[in-house]
Amino acid sequence: MTQSHAAVLVAVMAAVTALLRFLPFLIFRGGRKTPAYISYLGDVLPQAIIGMLVIYCLKDVSFAAAPFGLPELIAAAAVVVLQIWRRSSLVSILSGTAIYMLLIRLF
Amino acid sequence: MKPDKNPASGAVVRQAFLRSVPVMAGYIVLGIGFGILLRDAGYGVLWALAMSVLIYAGSMQYVGVSLLAGGASVLTAALTTVMVNARHLFYSISMIDRYRDAGKYKPYLIFALTDETYSLLCGGDGPEGRDGDLYRFLVSAFDQCYWVTGSVLGNILGAALPFSTAGVEFSMTALFVASFTQQWLDSRDHIPALTGLLGTLACLVVFGPDRFLIPAMLAITLTLTLLRPRLSGKGAAR
Repeated sequence: MTQSHAAVLVAVMAAVTALLRFLPFLIFRGGRKTPAYISYLGDVLPQAIIGMLVIYCLKDVSFAAAPFGLPELIAAAAVVVLQIWRRSSLVSILSGTAIYMLLIRLF
Repeated sequence: MKPDKNPASGAVVRQAFLRSVPVMAGYIVLGIGFGILLRDAGYGVLWALAMSVLIYAGSMQYVGVSLLAGGASVLTAALTTVMVNARHLFYSISMIDRYRDAGKYKPYLIFALTDETYSLLCGGDGPEGRDGDLYRFLVSAFDQCYWVTGSVLGNILGAALPFSTAGVEFSMTALFVASFTQQWLDSRDHIPALTGLLGTLACLVVFGPDRFLIPAMLAITLTLTLLRPRLSGKGAAR
């Protein structure tokens, strides 16, 4: 592939990504009050989206073949326990990642 | 933005930096992973820098490496970006009110709304008023700095790293699991969280890992819309 075609692809990816991010703001712009339904979605979506992202991150884990997703499940469980216990995202994330890196070398 | 112009700014910078620290490790390691992949595909440090500054969307940049490596067409690149990044519509919709009066910070806040930055800012913490806009701007900017730094480092040092980094990508999963847990602890009504988790899981089982995301977003929106009479006014979000 030529450098210029690669540059075009990067520009397309950047433009489409920005468009998706800006679109809702362009639609509901100006001094008008945000419709109550959109405000409601703004209230309840964050939790749902984070739940979606958790599944999204685990989408390629194979639970049918060894090691049956155990490194992911154990490390994710450790993150949950640590977050409840210490309430520090930093501690949970670093520890969970370290546990995962250890587990994939053991299994 | 000089901190000494306003005595409160130093505190805001510190608060924003501390908020961004959990993303620092994840973005630097994931950025390094992206930088290495891009290098292996034959693209050097300027490409890594350009992609992380201009696209600034983690999973899309990983997919972008394979688009570049495979010589994808412009149409394929555009459609793939829509599929992979459609979830950003969600983030923006839920931030419309919060970013409404962000003034000069608003364009960058919207541009820089990644999964991770969203998960840091959607809970609504931080100072009130103008300081809140500065705070959100700084959290967003710190996050992008980590991502750009990681991408460039990975691209330059990639092959020279003296240890195996296999598994560091789990830090992204860990960030979302930690955010999910924290929001669960902070909220009274868990229906929205369960809708997102179980609705997405059901769509993953039904549609498979390559095309479940958009059905999941539709299912979540539909379910939350139907549950509106039950959920609104109960302070479900926080």
